[in-house]
Amino acid sequence: MKNVKLNKDTAFKWLTAFLAFILLLLGIGILLKLIISSRLSFDAFGLKFLFSREWDPVQRLFGALPFVWGTFVSATLALIIALPISIGIAVFLSELAPIWMRKPVSFIIELLAAIPSVIYGLWGLFVLAPVMQQWVEPLLGKYLGFLPFFKGYPLGVGMLTGGVIIAIMIIPTISSISREVLSAVPAHQKEAALSIGMTRWEAIWKVMLPYGRSGIVGAIILGYGRALGETMAVTMVIGNTPNISLSLFDPAYTIASVIANEFTEATYELYISSLIEIGLILFVITFILNAVARFLLWRMKRFEEVRG
Amino acid sequence: MNRYTRRKITEKIMFFLSVMSAFIGIVVLFLILGYVIYKGAGGLNIDFFTKLPTPVGVPGGGMVNALIGSFYLIGLASLFSIPAGILIGVYLSEFGRGPFASAVRFVSETLTGVPAIVTGIFAYSVIVIPMGRFSALAGAFALSLLMLPIITKSTEELLKMVPETLREASLALGIPRWKTIIRVVLSTAKSGIITGIMLAIARVGGEAAPLLFTAFGNSYMTWRPDQPVASLPVQLYVYAISPYEDWHQKAWASALVLMGIVLITNIVARIYARDK
Amino acid sequence: MQEINKEFRVRSSEFGDKAKFIIEGLNAWFGRNQALKNINMSVKQNEVTAIIGPSGCGKSTFVRCLNRLHEEIIGARCEGRVIFDGKDIYDPDVDPVLIRRRIGMVFQKPNPFPAMTVYENVVAGLILEGRKKKSELDEVVEKFLRLAALWDEVKDKLHQSGARLSSGQQQRLCIARTLAVEPDVILFDEPTSALDPISTAKIEELMQGLKKDYTIVIVTHNMQQAARVSGYTGFFLLGELIEFDRTNKIFTNPANRLTEEYVTGRFG
Repeated sequence: MKNVKLNKDTAFKWLTAFLAFILLLLGIGILLKLIISSRLSFDAFGLKFLFSREWDPVQRLFGALPFVWGTFVSATLALIIALPISIGIAVFLSELAPIWMRKPVSFIIELLAAIPSVIYGLWGLFVLAPVMQQWVEPLLGKYLGFLPFFKGYPLGVGMLTGGVIIAIMIIPTISSISREVLSAVPAHQKEAALSIGMTRWEAIWKVMLPYGRSGIVGAIILGYGRALGETMAVTMVIGNTPNISLSLFDPAYTIASVIANEFTEATYELYISSLIEIGLILFVITFILNAVARFLLWRMKRFEEVRG
Repeated sequence: MNRYTRRKITEKIMFFLSVMSAFIGIVVLFLILGYVIYKGAGGLNIDFFTKLPTPVGVPGGGMVNALIGSFYLIGLASLFSIPAGILIGVYLSEFGRGPFASAVRFVSETLTGVPAIVTGIFAYSVIVIPMGRFSALAGAFALSLLMLPIITKSTEELLKMVPETLREASLALGIPRWKTIIRVVLSTAKSGIITGIMLAIARVGGEAAPLLFTAFGNSYMTWRPDQPVASLPVQLYVYAISPYEDWHQKAWASALVLMGIVLITNIVARIYARDK
Repeated sequence: MQEINKEFRVRSSEFGDKAKFIIEGLNAWFGRNQALKNINMSVKQNEVTAIIGPSGCGKSTFVRCLNRLHEEIIGARCEGRVIFDGKDIYDPDVDPVLIRRRIGMVFQKPNPFPAMTVYENVVAGLILEGRKKKSELDEVVEKFLRLAALWDEVKDKLHQSGARLSSGQQQRLCIARTLAVEPDVILFDEPTSALDPISTAKIEELMQGLKKDYTIVIVTHNMQQAARVSGYTGFFLLGELIEFDRTNKIFTNPANRLTEEYVTGRFG
């Protein structure tokens, strides 16, 4: 063994490394703890947990399907609403708006991301839900009621309102990354498109957006991950009923919402363990989505560097 | 030519929709801000900031416990997450090569995407269950898990922007590395790091989800870290979903205060960052 | 109105109805910086015109004014008349998209669209007009890739990304893409400055072949290249057109002392 002199430099380095190690442990710890704590539920229901529609604390029967369904449908709906608007905002901010307008407008759009989730929920519950019930849902029912998605009685609280609220919340994420992606497209790409007779819109749509597609996909996945995990606002407007219904007017339930609502009421271990197991499902899904999104954004950045 | 006219019309429509998207974004923001101010301003008075809540039906009362509770929780969370976040940022920027650093970076990045409610579950199982009760400590732990990766990331990125020549100049003067990092590198990036911290605080200050079953709530004031403690977002949530009209009023007032604190912190941080 | 330099007016009329472009009193700015000062010049049909001058003299800006690309840069604008086939392209009723459709451009850096295949790159401009029959497109792709002297090298890679070719091949792909929309004029903005000598030779050779069907304007900082490929040459310095004449006159017996100093390599 070499005699290492423990001076202040190495001590400092080890201190920072030690803290970094703690961060690593915390990340792994979350995963392990969730796995261990959902053991009870997994032993009781196995894989059936994922496919069962039963959620009955009185009978001690737990199945995650309605929540998984509600989570994916609400997030997908949010993405369908948010994506075109976000791309529209990104195009406006990077291509259309006069220079003086760009900074203030993007500042305002980004403020949407700063508003706390509970405030979206409060506003959604008392302002948006009544508007949806009295105006939007009856109109959709009248003109698109032949589709299974717009059948039933307009309640205001339900899947559609949940989707709209989440959409508002993920717009800043998707639009700000897409704007960066569009701004990073080299000018010569746009010029080449214009010089073969494309309109400015065609240059954006056929050349610039495809050029940055991996970045845009990264932005979408990141936004989708956020939509899946959104808790308070959704809990307040989605209706909190473990339904699996095609109609977007019907109340639904998401993974995050059921955890928020029932965790403190869960009176016995299997109940808590089941809640933790669906939490684990959420964690794993968002983890994978984030990893994929980061990879795509990282690859795009590296691609940029290689091209110079 | 017909085809060309169609292309031009498509362009006009798409650009119109693009402008409308930005317009929608701005309008939604101001609708929310405006409505919260309109509904919340009526409920704000001295009592709101100085009195404890009253039971349902009893008029008056305030939210002082939740207001102070929120600051208390953020303060506790900061005690760990600010120094640790900065030092991990230092590690990643100054020493971090190789697979260990990559793993730390990866975990930190993915932690930013973990839903806040999941950190609540984690804090519940490692603190609430062993202690046998909800506590400020558990709430602060959940919040610090959210703050840590934000601060780590912003610190790392800022330190990487400090020019290498500054470090070399300081080391050449015979100043040891650890002092160089603290006195030269960190202080050069100071304003950016402060911005990162303020943004992290603004982000977790509005979080209710991780506190629901960690800090829980409390109708009284407490400074004991092992006791449940009220917070503005959780209190707002409880009031909002209650069936009582006067609690709804209080929810709007709390929303106004919470939004004010969070947005002002956020805006100040970003203006500060831009000026430096 | 702009004051128009008499000497160049005379020379413009020399081209008669062979003048593809007549540029009168052209000024261009980036923000407050004036990049072009009162340019008066003509471009002859079915001829290669070279624009030479040291870096930053405004030669790129000049050609970018000829297809209305200059105005796409934020804060950039220009004034004056650019008469193309008898019509000022800066008239308010002129649609820049249609102008660019007739005046193609090849850039300094090869810039194929990386999200498209070689095949899609070639037809990118064509399919906008709605010509979509597969057999027809196949023909077009082969014809223009052959014209750009690229067909033999890429005929087995038509459905690979355009970004995977070598940079010399990419530049010829960009030329094929430009040719495929069948413009009247092709503007080359230092097309070979990023390429190796072999690719450069190929592109110069290509330009000679294109002359009979197209009018060509080439910006270059390489005087040998200008001498090799062009029939007329304009010398730019600090945003002004110093001299415009037949290429052999510019290089053997220039009228202006500054031109002489530049072409003999005394500055720039």
